[in-house]
Amino acid sequence: MGKVLVYCETNDSQVKKASLELVGAATKSGAEVVALLLGANAKAAAAQLGAYGVKTAFVCEAESIKNYNSELYSEMASNIIKESQCTIVLATGSSLARDLFPRVASQLDAGIATDCTELEISGDKAVARKPLFAGKCSAKVSFQNSPLQIVLMRANQLPVPTAGAGTCELKELTPPQKDLKTLVKEIVKGSSAKLDLSEASIIVSGGRGMKGPEHFKLLNDLADVLGATVGASRAVVDAGWVPHSIQVGQTGKTVAPNLYIACGISGAIQHLAGMSSSKVIVAINKDPDAPIFKKSTYGIVGDVFEVLPVLTEEFRKVLK
Amino acid sequence: MEIYVCVKQVPDTETKIKLSSDGKGVDLTGTKWVINPYDEFAIEEALKLKAQNAGATVTVISTGPKAQVSETLRTALAMGADEAAVIDSPEPLDSLATAKALAAFLKDKKPTVIFTGKTAIDDNAMAVPQILADQLQIPHATVVSKFEFKGESVLVEREVEGGSREIIELRLPAVIAANKGLNTPRYASLPGIMKAKKKTLQEVSASQKSSDSKVVYSDYQLPADRPSCKILSGEVPQQVSELVKALREEVKVI
Repeated sequence: MGKVLVYCETNDSQVKKASLELVGAATKSGAEVVALLLGANAKAAAAQLGAYGVKTAFVCEAESIKNYNSELYSEMASNIIKESQCTIVLATGSSLARDLFPRVASQLDAGIATDCTELEISGDKAVARKPLFAGKCSAKVSFQNSPLQIVLMRANQLPVPTAGAGTCELKELTPPQKDLKTLVKEIVKGSSAKLDLSEASIIVSGGRGMKGPEHFKLLNDLADVLGATVGASRAVVDAGWVPHSIQVGQTGKTVAPNLYIACGISGAIQHLAGMSSSKVIVAINKDPDAPIFKKSTYGIVGDVFEVLPVLTEEFRKVLK
Repeated sequence: MEIYVCVKQVPDTETKIKLSSDGKGVDLTGTKWVINPYDEFAIEEALKLKAQNAGATVTVISTGPKAQVSETLRTALAMGADEAAVIDSPEPLDSLATAKALAAFLKDKKPTVIFTGKTAIDDNAMAVPQILADQLQIPHATVVSKFEFKGESVLVEREVEGGSREIIELRLPAVIAANKGLNTPRYASLPGIMKAKKKTLQEVSASQKSSDSKVVYSDYQLPADRPSCKILSGEVPQQVSELVKALREEVKVI
């Protein structure tokens, strides 16, 4: 049997749903599962993992690692991965994990597969699938000559396990003392309390049909009612209406939520590539020939300015 | 000051992807190859840094099949880079092998800053910059949207989740992986294109082979066809109530 280490991230004192998905996949395979949690709330969150079949969690909440630092985090992760003798490491596709694990892979001379959407663990082998060219095709990903395999998974791809009974033993780590070349000076919190596009299960996205940045309020209103995150097409990011951090597509974020509502987006190939693996797609567009309709589950041919307020109101009524 | 930029050649974003007839890969015949869009921000930032530092040089490097990749490097030279080197690798390498091949080339050089794009739009691995930095035992920052050179160090701003930003100081040398928004990349001018023809494009063979890759891709598939779209008819209130009903009762996503 293999041994899997899951790098778990937290949201306040809860383990993130995306991390639980990985714990679920690891325990389902029958492997022994250990977890690593670094930073604020690590202990409180780790304590919950016993209910999901994790026997041991390595935790550290020390002041020096309160903020992410690639040098400290990679050294700690590499040490624990070596020490625990696991053969598979799983992490989410969060910006922290995407920054961290390639460095860990380098330190441990391990193969690393990122942005994966399917995962199969049997024994000490991990096999994944990942979209290429922003989802225009996909390929099976396997490892060769790599005793340690690191897989980073996109969120919302695996079932969230249900909690059972069980306890998790916490082992506290001490951060290394070293001369750091990387110094975090300041963290500027984003205004948005919403989930990042990469984790959102509902996305409301706007394109050129929104006619101007001032009309993104219509999308924000709908998103608020649905608990969704707002995205945008490249055209409106390039026009400076909204920041690049919310761009969906091949040069932005590739997303796969349960529901993607495209408003005034015609559907350029590089946008479609970034969102067409969403489970359900709704398109609202004036042009009945817009390519977006070819990828959509439901379509409304109409004016976003007429449809959106009514749609928001309807959801507000039924979701009360 | 030696500034390096690592670039990757990728199919243009408008490319329609076809699978090869044996399903073992992607048929890229006739593909328009371009510089990975994020690498253009890296080149631009390197050229800006060079402009502020008399005597600085910008060298652009890439791994890949030399004849094909050289075209992309010529474009970078036309934008204003001084020299280029192609690290010839006829077969594809995974992130680890790519970064090791780049590191092998750079290890006896004296880079002040190594710029890269934050990710390549073909495989979106987002791994080479960090592995390269680790192989060279230097710090890195990814998803960088602001860059300030301070002599012994650089101050960068990087974008993280939910629109938050981290401001980090890195002691040089360092690897900086550029995000969109860092700058506005210049176009290659006609005189630039003429000059590029005379610039040095060095060829070296890669220290890594395809068999050194630890991650392999196989069984390529195109996305499954989606069922055809159900267009909701009627006036707006009717369309909307049908849609909400379908989302709640048919596909149950709300």
